[in-house]
Amino acid sequence: MDVIALSWSDILLAALPLTALAAIFAWQRLGVSRTLLIGAVRTFVQLALVGVVLKGVFQNARPLWTFCFSMVMLAAGTWEVTRRQHRRFVAGWTVGLAALGLFIAGFTATVFALVALVGVRPWWSPQYAIPLLGMILGNTMTGIALGMDTLTQNAWKQRAVIENRLALGQPASEAVADLRRESVRTAMTPIINSLAVCGVVSLPGMMTGQILSGSDPLAAVRYQMMIMYLIATGAGFGNLLTVQLCARRLFDNRERLRLDRLRS
Amino acid sequence: MKGICVTAFEVRELSYGGFGPVTFAMHEGEIVGLSGPSGCGKTRLLRALADMDPWDGHIALQGCAPAAIPASQWRQRVAYVPAESQWWFDEVGEHFPRTPEEADLHALGLDSEVLGWPVARLSSGEKQRLGLLRTLVNRPAVLLLDEPTAHLDAGHTQALEALVAGRCATGVMALWVAHDPAQLTRVASRGYRMAAGGVLSEVDTWM
Repeated sequence: MDVIALSWSDILLAALPLTALAAIFAWQRLGVSRTLLIGAVRTFVQLALVGVVLKGVFQNARPLWTFCFSMVMLAAGTWEVTRRQHRRFVAGWTVGLAALGLFIAGFTATVFALVALVGVRPWWSPQYAIPLLGMILGNTMTGIALGMDTLTQNAWKQRAVIENRLALGQPASEAVADLRRESVRTAMTPIINSLAVCGVVSLPGMMTGQILSGSDPLAAVRYQMMIMYLIATGAGFGNLLTVQLCARRLFDNRERLRLDRLRS
Repeated sequence: MKGICVTAFEVRELSYGGFGPVTFAMHEGEIVGLSGPSGCGKTRLLRALADMDPWDGHIALQGCAPAAIPASQWRQRVAYVPAESQWWFDEVGEHFPRTPEEADLHALGLDSEVLGWPVARLSSGEKQRLGLLRTLVNRPAVLLLDEPTAHLDAGHTQALEALVAGRCATGVMALWVAHDPAQLTRVASRGYRMAAGGVLSEVDTWM
């Protein structure tokens, strides 16, 4: 059984009500119609480009193409993490730490899934590797961005507390421990929530897609379970690692709080 | 160590955050006063001495440079007590690395019951006295006091002066920052005035 394909005119038809919504927003002077339309156009252009590129990558399945595509995803994820920071480390440390966290956590989880769980041969097959990496990296990105932002924002606000703890002779790791815990917890909350409501409140997009394309619902559900576990693992480890490294970067070798290393 | 007249705390050519260079020394048991206009770098000097801000030059406690020991140990030995103490747990007692001596609490007009209080119940004066006490339980060799009686009434000011003087009688050194000449005359055996830019000059009389 094959999925019923949508034509380009179907897409135009789908965009019509959205355009009407934007018109009503503009009429009510809500100030969001412009960004809504830009977002809609971006969705169209970005997805169309990805579709074209993926078609090419799938047709000539070579490890180099899969690798290149995954590096572009890593770069985009790193950029997005950096963009979401209210305060960034100077000298490119935010970019570097984001890329490191995304790479270690996201890629490890994906390779584990490809080799040990899906068992596709060759393991880098783009049809499996790219969608899996995309889902895992996307959620790892959200976790890392939120964890880093919470840590640096709170370090900035709680400067006096951290320094008073240092003055009392606490090591930097102890003086910042509460902040670190809070950052990891904050970043994990949306992921834990999504685990809790998955299938009840929300039907995950990937599972829906598989069911639409004719897969056995139980097979689709098993895929989704795997994805959910890997997303939580990737986001969790990525978050843990980057928050730890960022917390260390907030202090110098004499355990002084160095907020001059942050720039808003 | 007491009795051997050594320059126990030595600072030479210290520059910090655009201030200085500063040179001075303290002997064991001394209370040295420090005053000067706001913004001249007094707090920054105390922070640098506790190795909390980057600095350049020479600092030594009994011949030991900060770099010779972990920063956290240095700060337990050379303890900076900020003018505004911070409280991050719910209960007062949780902020004390060790339980303070009953006698010290009483000396500052406090009861050991206060350790069980929620922080929200503390007045600014109580916070200031408790802030000094939690530093004292680390048994520092040098106290860097930043306006330690700014929030205290006359009675508690006297009590705190007496407590610090008692500690210094056992060999502890204190660098005492204050604006009140009368207080510095009372507590300090000698002192320095800091001019804009962090330049120190020895003081004959505070009045």
